Amino acid sequence: MNAPTRFEENRREGDAGEKLVVIGNGMAGCRAVEEILARDATRYSITIFGAEPRVNYNRIMLSPVLAGEKTFEDIVINSAQWYDDNGITLVSGDPVAGIDRENKTVVSRSGLTVPYDRLLIATGSDPFIIPVPGHDLDGVVTFRDLDDVDKMLAAAQRGGDAVVIGGGLLGLEAAHGLSLRGMKVTVVHLMPTLMERQLDEAAGWLLKQELESRGQTILTGGNTKEIMGDGDGKVVGVQLEDGTAIKADIVVMAVGIRPATGLAKDAGLDVERGIVVDDDMVTSDPAVMAVGECVEHGGQCYGLVAPLWEMCRALADGATGQPSGYTGSVTSTKLKVSGIDLFSAGDFSGGDGCEDIVMRDAAKGIYKRLVIQDDKVLGAVLYGDTADGNWYFDLMRKGEDISDIREALIFGQAFASGGALADPNSAVAALSDDAEICGCNGVSKGSVVSCIQGGAGSLDAVRASCKASASCGSCTGLVESLLELTLGDDVQSGPATMCKCTSFTHDDVRERILEKELKAIPQIMHELHWTTPDGCASCRPALNYYLLCAWPGEYVDDQKSRFVNERLHANIQKDGTYSVVPRMWGGLTTPNELRAIADAADKYSARMVKVTGGQRIDLFGIRKEDLPAIWSDLNAAGMVSGHAYGKSLRTVKTCVGSQWCRFGTQDSTGLGVQIERMTWASWMPHKFKIAVSGCPRNCAEATIKDFGIICVDSGYELHVGGNGGIKVRVTDLLCKVETEQEALDHCAALIQLYREDAYYLERTAPWVERKGVDWVKAQLLGDPDAISQLAARFRYSQKFMQHDPWAERAAGDRDDLHSHLAEVRPLSMETA
Amino acid sequence: MIGNWLDIGPTTQIEPGTARTLPVAGGEEIAIFHTLRGEFYALVNSCPHKQGPLSQGIVNGDAVACPLHNWNISLKTGEAQGEDEGCTPTIPLKVDAGRIYLLRDAVVGARKVSPEAEEAA
Ligand code: SRM
Ligand SMILES: Cc1cc2nc3c(=O)[nH]c(=O)nc-3n(C[C@H](O)[C@H](O)[C@H](O)COP(=O)(O)OP(=O)(O)OC[C@H]3O[C@@H](n4cnc5c(N)ncnc54)[C@H](O)[C@@H]3O)c2cc1C
Ligand code: SF4
Ligand code: FES
Repeated sequence: MNAPTRFEENRREGDAGEKLVVIGNGMAGCRAVEEILARDATRYSITIFGAEPRVNYNRIMLSPVLAGEKTFEDIVINSAQWYDDNGITLVSGDPVAGIDRENKTVVSRSGLTVPYDRLLIATGSDPFIIPVPGHDLDGVVTFRDLDDVDKMLAAAQRGGDAVVIGGGLLGLEAAHGLSLRGMKVTVVHLMPTLMERQLDEAAGWLLKQELESRGQTILTGGNTKEIMGDGDGKVVGVQLEDGTAIKADIVVMAVGIRPATGLAKDAGLDVERGIVVDDDMVTSDPAVMAVGECVEHGGQCYGLVAPLWEMCRALADGATGQPSGYTGSVTSTKLKVSGIDLFSAGDFSGGDGCEDIVMRDAAKGIYKRLVIQDDKVLGAVLYGDTADGNWYFDLMRKGEDISDIREALIFGQAFASGGALADPNSAVAALSDDAEICGCNGVSKGSVVSCIQGGAGSLDAVRASCKASASCGSCTGLVESLLELTLGDDVQSGPATMCKCTSFTHDDVRERILEKELKAIPQIMHELHWTTPDGCASCRPALNYYLLCAWPGEYVDDQKSRFVNERLHANIQKDGTYSVVPRMWGGLTTPNELRAIADAADKYSARMVKVTGGQRIDLFGIRKEDLPAIWSDLNAAGMVSGHAYGKSLRTVKTCVGSQWCRFGTQDSTGLGVQIERMTWASWMPHKFKIAVSGCPRNCAEATIKDFGIICVDSGYELHVGGNGGIKVRVTDLLCKVETEQEALDHCAALIQLYREDAYYLERTAPWVERKGVDWVKAQLLGDPDAISQLAARFRYSQKFMQHDPWAERAAGDRDDLHSHLAEVRPLSMETA
Repeated sequence: MIGNWLDIGPTTQIEPGTARTLPVAGGEEIAIFHTLRGEFYALVNSCPHKQGPLSQGIVNGDAVACPLHNWNISLKTGEAQGEDEGCTPTIPLKVDAGRIYLLRDAVVGARKVSPEAEEAA
């Protein structure tokens, strides 16, 4: 089958028209010929060259062939008979090697020279191969044509491990096929989200979960360093940048495609990323046309078939003397993995004046997102239920005005075209009493209404009394409609929700994180039906903190959800530089530390050195690029981060106490140091300050701190909820204890209670006022075991928290956060 | 791609949901953003409010919350959103075969808008 084949018999009578030569016997080339023949069957005498030794088949169906759902015979588009019947000469298995535009001929690899009047280039794309060491080993394949599929099938027959590099459409279809054929598959994807070009974070996360549950290993953020081989040049594994090694009997590279433009470029045609064509698909040479993935039209290259059909139509119109013009295509994508419904179209990146309509149904694994601008659909991402994909795509392409059906749009065509349903309340009113409102808790419309009539006048009250919308929240809109229908204007507004992305309060979210064991930000957003695709600058940091607090040692901090100060471990200043505050335990320092601080101030040109109100020293005007270096110097002198920037423990202020002071009753300095050693580096809902004063004269101002200790002759008075900031609040006395150990345990317990209960960005003062001092006392002192249990949870969490973030950065961690991408110097600047 | 586009390296250098910076000698520093939705944008790294370094803000959707006073700036247009008013110049950017390109003239010619000029306008 690999020898060049030619069908040149059966040339029909009167067929001596213009000579059309087509390079590329693929989807676009053959379709173009079909379209031309349909318009004028006799105008051209046609020769098609194909590099592949076979007739034209449906390339997109290679995935089902690999998965065993189809055979090659099933996917042939143009059989040998078709070429015959239409008098087409097919030269297959013999690629064109050169174009001679002057003499208007092409020459094939085997030396065959064919003259043309018009030439059509339809060479498609070449798979992109990342040039890592080992990319040319035996067993490294791409996924483009039938030969590739044959290689994969041969490998699958021997079983073993497959690694697919690239988690895009092609890579995932390859992975699916190989895994159905019995191989153990690992997908290595560079980006944190699968199919990031087609899917947003939320849908990508769902897809990853589903594939993992089918037994595939998905490594996102995985950067391939090397493909390893045995002595005989056969692949044995893949090594990632982070050191991970994966066993592999076959490696499929599916990292992207490049338009195949070599021939055109050599022939001197205009080529940018693809072969440049006009609206009639004509290149810079009027005798040469081009179509398919190898072209660039209006600055766009395409990698899907739908645009090819439109191009072929325009091409055929032009080639038969009735030009109509191609104006570019809007594309949509579906993943051909059985059992996974996924659809994406248009622009879903959002933007000015863009609105998102998001619907999530966690129980059914459904996520839908529409992007709307000026009453038009701009983009759509559907996961789990793609039935309306084509309808949205149609609305989008036609640019139809959707203002009339906006409210019901997300529920799909059947619902929205009801017209009358545009008012969601009337739709709800029309529901029968036994219609189910809340799927999670099985609550009918009748029960919700009677619970509202029974006095539940707010969303929260309904959630509390009949549980409707209390679990995942997806029926919140329905419950709100019922409230409005039943009570009119008497609906009470509930407590503030976390932010505009959700109908849940901070408390609701924290409870559900524990109850449903939610362990990742996109998972919370999905399960709790966030109305935005990826949250906002206010809920992301809060969720990150709640997860960190709920799952110590397990949850991996999401740096991009943190405010810059906590990402760069320094305080940003008005001019974009940073301030650096090393920790001084309990306000104590030494000549050596002071010398190191002085040296660092000199070396990094600190523009100001100041003693802070928190008993330590602040270096101002440090550049973000210099931060790792200055930290490394301070580390070398034994100092660690002071977290002057964090929603975390700040300082433990102390006074001199019994060591020196003539009034001191206890070692307030020593206790302060012990407390700071115990509590530093913990993340909290807000910043947290502690002070220990040696006597009631209170020189450390302990009674305006989050936790304050006043030493007295008989022990320690413990105070909570103080604040010296915007609104001064004096502490409440919690209790009195006799030993240092008790003081430490109570401190740990109070902090943990605050960490587990308070809202993100709520300091202890407003928290104590909201909950009541008596509540705080009851939690800590009501049960004899409470202190030890809370303190134990705090200490457990601290095991994972107490690392000096400066040391990690000084050692090179997250270098990307501190360094510039590159630098541009205009004079010497080279263009690409 | 050839001609007036400046290749500033592979897309993988910028983690989604973050930004990185590109200083320009004699010009304005540029911030290049990679959103969680996989889009790339370039803006002068300076907030229209008081020149806060936008590259250090929290990226949400296709906007960034300025690290200094939390204005939300659109990455597509550079406009401040909501009640706030002001605009940061954007730099035309394109991604091709996994690399990021910036329009050279815009990189060299970028000027931040001073608050005075804004008020005068
Ligand atoms: C450096 C320092 C001022 C100084 O030069 O002394 C300071 C500087 C800032 N304070 Fe403060 N506060 C400093 C001690 C205080 C104190 C005094 C204290 O801790 O004993 C208070 C009152 C006590 C209290 O917190 O209850 C204080 C109450 C505030 C507040 C109001 C907090 C409140 O709950 O009302 C803010 C605003 C905020 O946190 O939202 C604030 C915020 C800030 C910020 C972080 C503003 C900002 O977001 O950029 C300032 C950062 C400057 C920088 O880059 O370093 N700072 N700030 C002090 C650092 C102490 C340290 O060593 O870590
Ligand atoms: C596994 C797989 C799954 C896909 N799934 C989908 C999908 O679900 N939806 C979708 O829209 N798209 C999908 N695609 C993409 C789709 O197949 C392409 O967009 C389409 O095939 C492009 O058509 P083309 O004619 O431009 O290129 P091709 O179909 O690649 O045809 C080009 C032909 O030209 C030949 N050729 C190249 N150089 C020469 C030469 N010098 N001389 C002679 N012949 C030459 C090549 O061998 C090839 O046969 C998929 C692709 C693959 C590989
Ligand atoms: S008092 Fe105001 S100006 Fe002074 S450091 Fe604190 S926040 Fe900044
Ligand atoms: S400088 Fe950006 S918000 Fe003030």
